[in-house]
Amino acid sequence: MRRSIKFLIFTSILLALFVSLPFHACRTQKNAASGNRLEMAALRNLHITDLCLVTEARYTRHPAVTDLHAAFQEHPTALEHFPSGSFILPKISGNSDQ
Amino acid sequence: MIELANVTKCFNSGKPNQFTAVDNVTLNVQQGEITVFKGPSGSGKTSLLTMIGCMARPTSGRFFLRGVAAALPFNQDGGDVVEITSLPERFLNEIRRSTFGFVFQQFNLVKGISVLENVMLPAYPTGEGRGEFRSRAESLIEQFSVSRHAAKRVEQLSGGELQRVAIARALINNPSIIVADEPTAHLDSKLSQEFMEIAGRLKGEGKSVLIASHDPIVYDSPLIDAMVEMRDGMVIGSRSLR
Amino acid sequence: MKRSVERHLNILDFTLASLSRRKAKNLSLLAMYLLVIFILASLQFFVTALKREAATILQDAPDMVVQRLVAGRQDVVPQDYAAEIGKIRGVTSVTPRLWGYYYDSLNGANYTIMASDDVQPESASVGSGVAGVRNLAVGDLLPLMSYDKIPVMLDINSIFSSKSDLIAADLILVSREDFRQLFNFPANQATDLAVNVRNQEELATVASKIVALYPDSRPILKSEIRRTYQSIFDWRGGMTLIILASALLSFIIFAWDKATGLSAEERKEIGILKSIGWETSDVLLLKFWEGSAISLTAFLAGVVLAYGHVFFLSAPLFVQALKGWSVIYPEFHLVPVVDPYQLSVLFFLTVVPYTVATVIPCWRAATIDPDAAMRY
Repeated sequence: MRRSIKFLIFTSILLALFVSLPFHACRTQKNAASGNRLEMAALRNLHITDLCLVTEARYTRHPAVTDLHAAFQEHPTALEHFPSGSFILPKISGNSDQ
Repeated sequence: MIELANVTKCFNSGKPNQFTAVDNVTLNVQQGEITVFKGPSGSGKTSLLTMIGCMARPTSGRFFLRGVAAALPFNQDGGDVVEITSLPERFLNEIRRSTFGFVFQQFNLVKGISVLENVMLPAYPTGEGRGEFRSRAESLIEQFSVSRHAAKRVEQLSGGELQRVAIARALINNPSIIVADEPTAHLDSKLSQEFMEIAGRLKGEGKSVLIASHDPIVYDSPLIDAMVEMRDGMVIGSRSLR
Repeated sequence: MKRSVERHLNILDFTLASLSRRKAKNLSLLAMYLLVIFILASLQFFVTALKREAATILQDAPDMVVQRLVAGRQDVVPQDYAAEIGKIRGVTSVTPRLWGYYYDSLNGANYTIMASDDVQPESASVGSGVAGVRNLAVGDLLPLMSYDKIPVMLDINSIFSSKSDLIAADLILVSREDFRQLFNFPANQATDLAVNVRNQEELATVASKIVALYPDSRPILKSEIRRTYQSIFDWRGGMTLIILASALLSFIIFAWDKATGLSAEERKEIGILKSIGWETSDVLLLKFWEGSAISLTAFLAGVVLAYGHVFFLSAPLFVQALKGWSVIYPEFHLVPVVDPYQLSVLFFLTVVPYTVATVIPCWRAATIDPDAAMRY
């Protein structure tokens, strides 16, 4: 088989995979919505505000309900030292209406 | 078949280093003959051949080709003669591709790809099916006894083999005119003789062969039909040897 | 029609033959390109999926969380705050929440402990992360040391599946009684208040009323929570920016190298092609195929691999960065999301400039007169 045909077949396989990604995503989203509904319902009742991304520091575990100085709470001049603190920002404003 | 009328080629026209490579040449080249352009280096042979081969346009003068009308999408004046100098670029390319085959002094083969690919190279952009020109390429390298090197890269070939690959490449689009510029410059006497034999064979197949050379093996060869002597861009002698 | 297809195929043939001559160079180029796309696309999938998870969670979040501050620090909220806030017009419900952190000295892990009315006293539901580090199964006993040095024995009722790790990996749900006993938590106090409001438009008004009523309170609106998550996963945010910048920078360096590096060899080759009858457009088509063969392959393969990396393998590359010093970290079973807008941005930031960078420098070389090759 000539090279160009091989290349085009290879590229179309990749393209087909690429195009199938959104379909796979859609299907998985539907399944996820229907799967373990009971457990999700139990968790929903808790009115959780944060994702469990990191558990090392409380201001990165619950960034939504901490404030700017949470990272320095132990002492005013304490340096922030948890790795996750470098990319999970605390909330910018306390109450924007004040 | 090829008619040149007062063809002049100037480089750097209008500048202090203006230089006239071809000066007012009027010439007729017959079909099915071997025509040799003889002259020292710098005499304008190459420039003349590039114009004949539709690679460059003359600065002034007119240039006619007979028997190439088939390559054009329109029929000029209903006749068979095409006035080349006034054609747009893409028609020139079309004519060049279908009518001329070129053999260069340095062979100009593309390194790193196989002999067979090199031979097929001029046919790629024509839009012809690969199968067709591939079998033609195979029979050409067979004919020039380099088929055992078909899959080899061109760097691995000797000078004589390179020469034959270059000729095979010139023939892939089945041209009616072969243009060779100093083809024997890098060959020893034996290989130069062999080149002339190949040229004779091509003539036998009805092709016209145009050779620029200052090699006695070429211009003293009994196979040639016409000789054009050049010096300083001008034709100083033109004779038929038949 | 057929001829033009053949012409493309023929030229593509030559492109591939030509690329395969410098196999090592072009394969490493492809690998590098693929890596850049892979990292950028992985990041994009990861962040978009996390955004979606965050949005799902926020659907159930209270309209407002009210904290109490003492000297700028969060403190417990007296329950009569709840009663008073409940009287404000437009407030539909005020739920005092009890939650906090428990540091497990056995393994150095931090747990999030929440009190729930659905849990019986002396029992608990735990996240799979907690179950993992403490080797727990349903029916086991989990002893937690209270602040009074009395172990609180909790019977494990249920363990959340790892599918809900992103919500509950480090969670221990206990009853309100157990929570108060564990932390010696003062009676009639709560950690914070979850407030729901009838009309979302009135949220800000209600918040200012709360602040007027209790100057030491700090209401956090749902929109602010949402903004927090948007800024975490924003492209300007920490990790995203670092990865994006380094990947783009390396890509620019390498596209620049490509754009400026038309070697004498390549130049000569273009001359040869022109002299044997290739047109300028044929040469440019060759270069176009050369650029797109590499960039398209890298883009498609990179994106497909990134999808697998993030959604099938749970993004091992990024999880390392998130882990930090955490003892418990969630398994990232992200629900796949494909954002066509972001993918097309990625396409136009990488494939298009690369292909252009391949074609443009050849433009000049390709317009040389075909007779130039005769003069070498």
